[in-house]
Amino acid sequence: MTGRFRRLAETGRSEVRFTVDGQPISALAGDTLMVAMLTAGSALRDSEFGDGRRAGFCLMAACQDCWVWTAAGERLRACSTEISEGLSILTTQPEASWPNVG
Amino acid sequence: MAERRIIVIGAGPAGVRAAEALVAGGVRPLVIDEGRRDGGQIYRRQPDGFKRDYATLYGTEAARAEAVHQAFDRLRPAIDYEPETLVWNISEGAVWTTSAGEARAVPYDALIVCSGATDRLVPIKGWNRAGCYSLGGAQIALKAQACAIGHRVAFLGTGPLLYLVAHQYAKAGADVAAVLDTSPLRGRMAAAAKLAAQPDLLWTGAKLTFDLWRRGIPVRTGVTLTEIHGDDDDGVSGISVATRGGTIRRFDCDAVGMGWHLRPETQIADLARCRFAFDAPTRQWLPETDADGRTSAERIYLAGDGARILGARCAEVTGELAALAALADLGLADKADRRRELTAQKSRYRRFADGLAQAFPWPHDLAARVADETIVCRCESVTAATLRASIVDSGATETNRAKAFSRVGMGRCQGRYCGNAAAEIVAAARGETVEAAGRLRGQAPVKPIGISTARRNS
Repeated sequence: MTGRFRRLAETGRSEVRFTVDGQPISALAGDTLMVAMLTAGSALRDSEFGDGRRAGFCLMAACQDCWVWTAAGERLRACSTEISEGLSILTTQPEASWPNVG
Repeated sequence: MAERRIIVIGAGPAGVRAAEALVAGGVRPLVIDEGRRDGGQIYRRQPDGFKRDYATLYGTEAARAEAVHQAFDRLRPAIDYEPETLVWNISEGAVWTTSAGEARAVPYDALIVCSGATDRLVPIKGWNRAGCYSLGGAQIALKAQACAIGHRVAFLGTGPLLYLVAHQYAKAGADVAAVLDTSPLRGRMAAAAKLAAQPDLLWTGAKLTFDLWRRGIPVRTGVTLTEIHGDDDDGVSGISVATRGGTIRRFDCDAVGMGWHLRPETQIADLARCRFAFDAPTRQWLPETDADGRTSAERIYLAGDGARILGARCAEVTGELAALAALADLGLADKADRRRELTAQKSRYRRFADGLAQAFPWPHDLAARVADETIVCRCESVTAATLRASIVDSGATETNRAKAFSRVGMGRCQGRYCGNAAAEIVAAARGETVEAAGRLRGQAPVKPIGISTARRNS
């Protein structure tokens, strides 16, 4: 899958470049981090509990399913963070890893 | 007289109209909102640089959305406004906020809570897969970002939002696989008299349902839940439901938008120690308010869907009403005639909301019967079997104890998306009413905040 989300309109915006786990990604100015990541890929992170990939759920900052991290260790809610040029995102928590179940 | 500090939490339709009434009453309120911009979820504004017009974004509610936005723009010089600020506790007569990692306690003379709502969910096997979203989330993707949540999207649940979002997707050019409604059609007939309290909304609902049919999109009513198919890596690949006749129907899709009406965000009212009462028609515990929005807690008022789900139009009414009540109670102004007028409007919206609850019922039996292997808590992947064991094996007698044993309700969403269904499962396992299963108590902070925030303020 190239992208989970599909853009339906508003595609004339300027390009913004950032990286996810070191891979360069191109998005559009005004995208949320979630839209920027999910128009290029199919998920945001792994479930810590071993039941697969996660791609957010509520998009309104309530469920906390869309957590990703900056290289500096800051936790971001992808649904309510606007993308910015040069952002460097990690999909696994940098300083701690939980042993997955199963 | 010293300046009275009235705080409004939330800048959706209720919060905006509350602030407007306070300014008209001679007060400079502080409006605290978690959003980047005003409008709330329902009238969420698209980011700068997006060009769609109001009619495209808000459909039949375009004029209302624009009026609320313009009202807020006009208010800006007359209010203090803190966007992107989370209220995470109410304690010692102060609102505790955090913004950009900085915490603050702001004392209040009166507090008007317009905290809005989130989707009400029933767990279905596979709903933890990537590609499952709440209906409200599916709508935000389109409204605020001009995106569909997938390349082929199925919609599941019940209520007006189910048909509205499916229709908005189809109209915007998305591929809609199916609309799957757990409510049978006959409920809609029985509720027609109450729904006639808002004839234009009833007509809009009928028109969009007809348009979905005209577009050839399968619409199934009275379905029961079976499974969302897919795998751990790629997420959703399809959905199966049982139709009224018992036949299993599968629809291929890579995304599912799901929701069964809304539930109020009541954590702030809970932390402010407002008394709650069980609401039998919607089978949930709600904060008690009088007709004006006063709670049992002193100087705390509730308005909008955060008090009771009465819809965006009524949120404007209850927002103004709560503000007028606060002004009257503080001895600042008393517009008794206007309050009577608003209370009458609220009654009509209440009748319509009662009709919706009857036409599109919360499928409590589906929630109670969810299969043992189904994940109830998406946050921590806890199954229905584990929740049931907390009752049957560990002897929990209500939802908070069951939460302590099973962790259902203890994850990062703090029970927002599992709490309603968990109460039904607990009630069924105990052989008691859902009222007796109780409600998950609100806990501060109401959303996760950084440990560094707490440290700076300890």
